[in-house]
Amino acid sequence: MAVRLHVWGERACFTRPELKVERVSYDVITPSAARGILEAVHWKPAIRWHIDRIHVLKPIRFQSFRRNEVGAKASAANATSAMKRGTTQGLGLIVDENRQQRATLALVDVAYVIEAHFTMTDRAGPEDSAAKHISMFNRRAEQGQCFHRPCLGTREFDAEFALVPEGAPLPTCDLAPEKRHADFGWMLHDVDFANGNTSRFYRAVMVDGVIDVNACLAEGAAR
Amino acid sequence: MSTPVTNRYEFVLFFDVTNGNPNGDPDAGNMPRLDPETNQGLVSDVAMKRKVRNYVAFASDNRIYMSEGATLNLQHDEAWKAVMPGVSKAEEKKKLPKDEAKARELTAWMCANFWDIRTFGAVMSTGVNAGQVRGPVQFSFARSVEPILPLEISITRMAATTEKDAEDKGGRTMGRKHIVPYGLYRAHGYVSAPLASHATKGTGFSEDDLELLWQALEQMFDHDRSAARGEMATRKLILFRHESALGNARAQSLFDRVTVQRVYQGAPYEIGSEGTGNLPPARQWQDYQVLIDRGGLTGGVEIIER
Repeated sequence: MAVRLHVWGERACFTRPELKVERVSYDVITPSAARGILEAVHWKPAIRWHIDRIHVLKPIRFQSFRRNEVGAKASAANATSAMKRGTTQGLGLIVDENRQQRATLALVDVAYVIEAHFTMTDRAGPEDSAAKHISMFNRRAEQGQCFHRPCLGTREFDAEFALVPEGAPLPTCDLAPEKRHADFGWMLHDVDFANGNTSRFYRAVMVDGVIDVNACLAEGAAR
Repeated sequence: MSTPVTNRYEFVLFFDVTNGNPNGDPDAGNMPRLDPETNQGLVSDVAMKRKVRNYVAFASDNRIYMSEGATLNLQHDEAWKAVMPGVSKAEEKKKLPKDEAKARELTAWMCANFWDIRTFGAVMSTGVNAGQVRGPVQFSFARSVEPILPLEISITRMAATTEKDAEDKGGRTMGRKHIVPYGLYRAHGYVSAPLASHATKGTGFSEDDLELLWQALEQMFDHDRSAARGEMATRKLILFRHESALGNARAQSLFDRVTVQRVYQGAPYEIGSEGTGNLPPARQWQDYQVLIDRGGLTGGVEIIER
């Protein structure tokens, strides 16, 4: 039950966890971000997406910009006390007093083809069949429907997407021939939500413009 | 409160700036943001969201969580002390809340009380899954339709800040302003209806909230006057309303229906087409025209011009 989805956008930021204060993007999309894009189109607790291959279609280029951001998250404790009080007095966050200017090194003009399949989870009921979910995904992707707008790493970088139907040729790859082989080093593979949200990494190697995630994982995954 | 939004929307917003700086770049000494490859001007998503929040705080009774300046009261700690005297803050703040139902209740309450959390979402530091809300409304960067030319204007002030300055410089100081003589910017946005109306993931972003969002987009620059901004105005807001929550057409095919042309002496030119480089630079809204292709629209999508 495999699908192929062509995704592209003007900018993308797949933040490296080691460089996340002033965000620096990985060179290419992570399997985790690719899974998020598929889930934005179709997902149910009954299924889990697995990324098989990522085709890189555009040269890897970066651009930097700096923005004023807020240095705090909404506090749950303050919200609890405000609920008890029954008033929102003082619950606001004054952004000018909590400023952080942060740079982002983002990718520009990206396009990928995500090849993926899904497996059924133990939350699948009798009414869940693989055929049902695959046709739901294909129908939505074909018509441009999505549960929420998928994004390339962060929400300000929206992703356009198109289904690559079975048998149809892949979009052309604009990578120069000498750039089609690359070792991206250790990259985030995905976050293991079942085991206390641990991050799992893999050695991402691109061969002829394609990152074969399973082959890379077979080479050895680390925690 | 009216019902949650159940239609997907995409929108295209055109706004322009005359002799002002729409969005300064902290990395470039507050020059207008530029795409270094094309010299098109940029306005970040967060800059526009800030203006939407300011407008909503100003024009309605809704409360805004991420407020600017000291508009919301500073009695934060006083309220804490008054209501929860016995709480040793730092410790307990981090622990709460452990169970998911409680966390969900918290986020629901925050959504119900704050317009911007309902609309754009927020990260609540709860440590459990339900602590993060994604709002239905999503902005991308705005980009000028043609390259812009930022100008650096030196200005003088007939007074000095310190006594030493006054002596050294004869009581006069100089400063700098960065302006864009004219720029027409185009921004894209999305309203993902399931994030408003979904049973567990929805924020309850309602039809009234949506109407307020459109109003904010139309009028936000009218209430954001300052020395730096010059004259900014929303020129056109085009909505694509889908019949269903998931959408009835591809977003990009809808965005492609909206095109901009340069107009010179009544004749239209494609942006960037041959010969447009010889035209005098655009300096007003009338130097452009926005075209909407309404032909062959598949069923279920309505184009609304506001």
